[in-house]
Amino acid sequence: MNPFKRWRNPEPIGPLDYSRRLWLKLTVGLTLFFLYAPIIGLIVFSFNDSRRNVVWRGFTTLYYQKLFNNEVLMMAFGNSLTIAIVTTIFSTTLGALTAYVLWRYRFPGKAVYEGAMALPIVIPEICMGVAMMVFFARIGWPSGLIWPFNLGSIMIAHIAFSFPFAAIVIRARLESFNRELAECARDLGANERQVFTDIIVPHMKPGLIAGALLAFTLSLDDFVITFFTSGPETVTFPVKIYSMVRFSVSPEVNAASTVLILLTLIVTTIALRLQNRHNMLSGGH
Amino acid sequence: MEDWSKSARAFWTAFAPPTFWLIAFFIIPLSLVWLYSFSDKTGVTEITLDWNVQQYLRALEPLYLGIFWKSILMAAATTLVCLVVSFPVAIAIVFAKPNMRMWLLLLVVLPFWTNLLIRTYALIAVLRTNGFINSGLEWLVVNCDWLLSFVGLGNNMIIGPFEPLQLLYNNVAVVFGLVYVSLPFMVLPLYAALDRLDRSYLEASLDLGAGHIRTFASIVVPLALPGIASGIIITFIPTLGSYLTPDLLGGTDSQMIANVIASQFKQANNWPFGAALSFLLMYATFFALAIRAVLMRSEGRGDAK
Repeated sequence: MNPFKRWRNPEPIGPLDYSRRLWLKLTVGLTLFFLYAPIIGLIVFSFNDSRRNVVWRGFTTLYYQKLFNNEVLMMAFGNSLTIAIVTTIFSTTLGALTAYVLWRYRFPGKAVYEGAMALPIVIPEICMGVAMMVFFARIGWPSGLIWPFNLGSIMIAHIAFSFPFAAIVIRARLESFNRELAECARDLGANERQVFTDIIVPHMKPGLIAGALLAFTLSLDDFVITFFTSGPETVTFPVKIYSMVRFSVSPEVNAASTVLILLTLIVTTIALRLQNRHNMLSGGH
Repeated sequence: MEDWSKSARAFWTAFAPPTFWLIAFFIIPLSLVWLYSFSDKTGVTEITLDWNVQQYLRALEPLYLGIFWKSILMAAATTLVCLVVSFPVAIAIVFAKPNMRMWLLLLVVLPFWTNLLIRTYALIAVLRTNGFINSGLEWLVVNCDWLLSFVGLGNNMIIGPFEPLQLLYNNVAVVFGLVYVSLPFMVLPLYAALDRLDRSYLEASLDLGAGHIRTFASIVVPLALPGIASGIIITFIPTLGSYLTPDLLGGTDSQMIANVIASQFKQANNWPFGAALSFLLMYATFFALAIRAVLMRSEGRGDAK
């Protein structure tokens, strides 16, 4: 068959072939352009050899060099990574325990407990931010501790809002666990701890990794809650970018943003690879 | 599922740490804010709890009521724009080839995983006075003028000298930014609702002579209504409480409720009033969530029939 014939005379568009209709293609194209053009523009212009940042003047990595020589910014980046790593460890542990309890047990007041666990996810960020600010001011949280203990209040706040997210991801994984396996292990003489570490945790593993990566990106990206818990000594990367953004649009900010986008993108790609892609997008259908 | 008392020790070992964290570092801080909302500011740093509701009464003053109303309007406008834009996108994704579908969904969700602050900053670079849009327009005006000069109409005789448009620091910019950051919230529930839709209804409608628009209005929309409602609420809730977008893109008169709360806690240093406002915002959020729960339940009942 002549391939050109098919190209010149394609099959007629069926009544339900909406995706082949021009106006729908245009809408999708425009929407994607709307979503991506600003971000791509931001990344491209971080390599632009001009401070004015509008017209392309040639390729340079000057602003990345400036970025890595900017001590305050690097310090903020270090703070962010430290906070994110500690938050990830705690959130994954607490999230796994929450998921396990909710999955395994029936107990009085369970519905209320589940509702309370969902609260940090649903309440507006600003409310959580001011609550943390009031809390640490009220209990007289010590300030001026040595690094990394001065980041403690931010870590506590980050763990509080990210472990319920980790719990949801891990619990979704536990749903596919065959409870009889645990019973078998118990019948064969394993104690509670052995059942948990040798049977349940290995099954949880993909969920644990996904939960950990989610907690990591949530912590790394958070601005609002950190903004209300951080002091002048404890600036994180997003908080620093915020103060630069308030000041001006500059290639340095573009470069700093690109670094953060890249980091989040890498972590998310790993998470997507590890998880079943379909599960991640449609919430476990 | 087993009863907790059967293995009480194992239960407590797993139950205690997350519960402690939730109570100590979430419930107690929120309760403190709740107590503050019934307190009075008696000095620069003195706050006394006297269980009065005057902070809530102050929130009912026209100024603050106006800001609440404005926040609701902005969130509603954002939700509406998102709905109008997302519907064709969701339809296109649902009817795309299966291998394309995953990629399109991924493309819609991916910006969602970039930092909110960075996405907002990217918009500033597009909209500011010498940003991409204004520079593009300037280029257009200058070149048109140059072309017109060949017919003797140059030197800004027809099109005047270029005046940059003030695209930032107004309410339109805030709604634009909110649409930009919350579009995936709307596309996903719409996609889920349309994906479940039985296509034979559509075929039947089209076979029986209804046009595409009529089929959309009287078949697709009623059947996808729970998904639409869910999308509306999921988009509305975070938009109502958004802080960063109005803060960075808005002008002095486009403050939303979250910005007022922040300024009460930071610049104005009136914690009790800020506390009352944040609880009002939380009650509004809970109200929207309750509506969603009721809708979801009625949808579940519909499936069972």
